[in-house]
Amino acid sequence: MSSPAAQRVVVISDKDPLGLHIRPAEQFVRLAMKFPCEIEVVRESVRADGKSIMHMLTLGAEPGAQLRLEARGEEAEQALDALARFIENGFVLDQTEGQPPADAGGG
Amino acid sequence: MKFVDFVNRNAIRTNVEADTKEDVIRAMASSLLEAGKIAQDQYDGIVEAILKREELGSTGIGRGVAVPHTKHPSVHELIGAVAVSDEGVDFDSLDGEKVHLLFLLISPPDRPGDHLRALENISRQLRDDTFCRFLKQSKEPADVWQLLEEADNNQFGS
Repeated sequence: MSSPAAQRVVVISDKDPLGLHIRPAEQFVRLAMKFPCEIEVVRESVRADGKSIMHMLTLGAEPGAQLRLEARGEEAEQALDALARFIENGFVLDQTEGQPPADAGGG
Repeated sequence: MKFVDFVNRNAIRTNVEADTKEDVIRAMASSLLEAGKIAQDQYDGIVEAILKREELGSTGIGRGVAVPHTKHPSVHELIGAVAVSDEGVDFDSLDGEKVHLLFLLISPPDRPGDHLRALENISRQLRDDTFCRFLKQSKEPADVWQLLEEADNNQFGS
């Protein structure tokens, strides 16, 4: 908790006109749970636990909405890479998702 | 969006005895049929569409809550039913918990925003432990309705 949060700002893609509804929220949470770090997602004044579907739905994130992803702890950067990619690709998971990157500096 | 904007007062069921996903979804769709919110000849198609959606992944959102749903061209506004189960229903939720509180949503295909707003409202209110517990403990539909109205009037913190 005392370590500073790694952060990433992402925008919800318009590939899915529903925005961040239950299915992508569930996929996001499943992906987040692969990482040991704490993950939070912030939209304006709303802060959600990135490992809770119910929390993620409170963001009401429609296409175009801007979210700030925050991660604290082990594998924080890897988690943010994977989660940001999932959001920006229009809720499509990579084949390699959740595996440690071969080159940590890549991307 | 508020609960009273989409939950139909006559489509609230407590002490629901259905203990499978399919049975509870049928019971909830029946409550909307009895409330006159969906047409008899659309019932089977609506139930089938909701079950198909469940096959893609559970609509259990954690804390014993599920939001089974579908889009359907026969409805012209977002409509919702509520069910409370004492025993709980196995819903394949990610957190493994049985579901005790369900919101069933049917939305017109051309109004994607309404569905998201309803999900936002349901989840925001249910983040409040007291509200969530009170709803699950409700014994009468009138109690559920009163709680929903109180939540709409910001009587629970969140």
